[in-house]
Amino acid sequence: MPEILSLNNVTFSYTPENPNSRNAVENVSFAVEEGEWIAIVGHNGSGKSTIAKLMNGLLFPQQGDVRILREPLNEENLWESRSLMGMVFQNPDNQFVGATVQDDVAFALENNGIPFEEMVKRVHAALEQVKMSQFLDHEPHHLSGGQKQRVAIAGALALKPKLLILDEATSMLDPQGRAEVLQTVQTLRAETGLTVLSITHDLEEAMLADRVLFMNDGKKFAEGTPAEIFALGDKLVEFGLDLPFALKLSKLLQKEGVPLMGQHMTEEELVNDLWTSNFNK
Amino acid sequence: MDIKLQQVSYAYAQGTPFEKRALFDVDFDIPSHTYQAIIGHTGSGKSTILQHFNALLRPTSGEVHIGDRLIVAGKKAKDLKAVRQKVGIVFQFPEHQLFEETVLKDIMFGPMNFGISEEEAEARARELVSLVGLPDNVLDKSPFDLSGGQMRRVAIAGVLAMDPEVIVLDEPTAGLDPRGQKEIMDMFYQLHQERHLTTILVTHSMEDAARYADNIVIMHEGKNVLNGSPRVIFKDVATLKEFRLEPPRIVRFQQKIEHMMGHSLSKVCLTEEELATEIAQALREERAES
Amino acid sequence: MMEKMIFGRFLPGDSPVHKLDPRSKLIFVFAFIIIVFLANNTVTYAMLLAFTLLIVLVSRIRLYFLINGLKPVLFLMAFTFLLHIFMTKEGVPVFESKFITIYDEGIRRGIFISIRFLVLVFMTSILTLTTSPISITDGIEVLLNPLKAIKVPVHELALMMSISLRFIPTLMDETDKIMKAQMARGSDLSSGPIKDRIKAVVPLLVPLFVSAFKRAEDLATAMEVRGYRGGEGRTRYRRLKWDMGDTFAIVLLVAIGVLLFFYRS
Repeated sequence: MPEILSLNNVTFSYTPENPNSRNAVENVSFAVEEGEWIAIVGHNGSGKSTIAKLMNGLLFPQQGDVRILREPLNEENLWESRSLMGMVFQNPDNQFVGATVQDDVAFALENNGIPFEEMVKRVHAALEQVKMSQFLDHEPHHLSGGQKQRVAIAGALALKPKLLILDEATSMLDPQGRAEVLQTVQTLRAETGLTVLSITHDLEEAMLADRVLFMNDGKKFAEGTPAEIFALGDKLVEFGLDLPFALKLSKLLQKEGVPLMGQHMTEEELVNDLWTSNFNK
Repeated sequence: MDIKLQQVSYAYAQGTPFEKRALFDVDFDIPSHTYQAIIGHTGSGKSTILQHFNALLRPTSGEVHIGDRLIVAGKKAKDLKAVRQKVGIVFQFPEHQLFEETVLKDIMFGPMNFGISEEEAEARARELVSLVGLPDNVLDKSPFDLSGGQMRRVAIAGVLAMDPEVIVLDEPTAGLDPRGQKEIMDMFYQLHQERHLTTILVTHSMEDAARYADNIVIMHEGKNVLNGSPRVIFKDVATLKEFRLEPPRIVRFQQKIEHMMGHSLSKVCLTEEELATEIAQALREERAES
Repeated sequence: MMEKMIFGRFLPGDSPVHKLDPRSKLIFVFAFIIIVFLANNTVTYAMLLAFTLLIVLVSRIRLYFLINGLKPVLFLMAFTFLLHIFMTKEGVPVFESKFITIYDEGIRRGIFISIRFLVLVFMTSILTLTTSPISITDGIEVLLNPLKAIKVPVHELALMMSISLRFIPTLMDETDKIMKAQMARGSDLSSGPIKDRIKAVVPLLVPLFVSAFKRAEDLATAMEVRGYRGGEGRTRYRRLKWDMGDTFAIVLLVAIGVLLFFYRS
């Protein structure tokens, strides 16, 4: 699988002049490969969002480097690199630049000098992909949070990026909005195989990923499949996160003396285990 | 302190081309010391209702009883300060209301507006800072130097410092990480019990309503459509779905288990702990029978 | 109070006036403001009034909304009317008492000035009521484009304006929210001595500024990440289209101008 982005031994501090201050990101390495969905999880303040800013050159590391398509990110290739990465931020209101939905989707296209006819095509296609076509002329304050985030995704897609980065894009949404956005991302992945990197503290979101990076206090604490990460159990809780519902219930059931073969990540597995361990003997 | 809404309707920008009705004949009571949850989608009218609880909005028709005060449509109510002191509101993202130079001063702002002496207000602030889980040394810091989660706690302390009898919470955990969410919700529940507060939780979260509330009102398109205890509300999943609401995960899981076992558990479970106990119990009975 | 103001707001619709290109509407209104001053007698003022009412009719904005929404401005108009009546000392006296004499010239001027006021306010209101703020911005940007030659940053100004417009509703909501949050904490903005009221603005302004800065910072980041680096090399998604209707509007205005010029005394 070709590599799209990588961080190599990256260290960053917001106050490098003060040697006593903690690094926001410390010696972090990981790579994103084409077609995968990778989630970065951690409590608020664990360095997740700093990583996002390092990836698109809003910040530059003091040590280590960031590579986009194996090229080290620098001042010269900054704008080209940015056009390869679509990014959706946390606050749906603060990233909506255009006066209407279609203007906002076109914003990045305008910046990159795409000709008018091509823009119209891409704007419509991108809005179709996030199922917002009937909202072309809506103004942002008449949209729900989930809808605004879908527009932001369309704005990123219009540039045909190599990578979509979701920086806590669902954390300010209501459950309905969160479901909308995640559904949209899942559909996009199924249809186009888009590479996604999501930064989140929502475990249900992280469970959708192929690979999870678990951050704590600026350091990469663990990396693996969701199953491997959630197997860490109480460590997750200790570092400010939660356990998936099925896992939490598995533990409680075992404490109550209910025979189970193991602890489970998904509800289906738990129900099946309950059945086989208790009825199917 | 009881709060009663009687036939409350509200329209924004009434009498203009931009008029927008938000509430239609909303009618329910919140008795003293209840932990009341109000659930609904964005746009269901829940945030409009919450502003009626301390007369920030006056109904365009109907009546709101707040303790012994009556707020009626059409009549301008005087001296609302007494009402506002008794009903504290923690708005969504309350950290946005911080403005003072120090945390201490910000927490003291509320009580001092209600005529509490400086000494008393300061004493309350010092007590509350640790209650909301912050170290004492934040008191002299600028609130803007704190982390988002800490700012939220300062803002909450600022509302609690008014010593309200009723506390209204509008999505108090929005944007926090799971640990922060749990800490804040547990803190409010503890306060509810220790201080005998009436707590009104306005939320999207079925899980929080199930875990903490005594009673739930469901709002849908500006009307209160369901009202009852969590066990009653969550029993009728079909009706919830009519209002495009999903029951809490625990309830959905319980249904799967019941389906598997071929019979119902003895009650609708509201927390993971309860569900685990119930399942264990049911399985023991099952084994005893066979 | 703010909700009832109609001045400067946009009321979506599909009347012929709504459909006009913002450039023609802007040119129309600016030229109209000038030719209004050509009127100086009964015939010309009557023509102005009739023309304005015709435009109101075509725009399909209910007269009731216009009058109701413009109440604060109408008050100002009544004031200037009275001022003219009492201050003018020319013509034939029509009413005399110990304190005051009213001349027919005063009444005439009062009426004229009121009509002038009314047609100006109506016309500009129709412009904003029938044109979305962003279209107005587009129109202004294109009309001001020649100024680029003398290094006026037209693109940047237009972008600033469109972003400000975009954030007005957001910041209005924010203000309302913060105001309510402080009121719930016992802050009182609407009563008490002026000194206290000024003090009560601080808890409103500080959070509002903090939030506006935060939003500006987020927005700048989002724009940068989406590749914004000034007007150079940018293409435009929004296009304006000049139709027959636009030409017709301008011709109509010229015609009115000519008539006014012809009939003025």
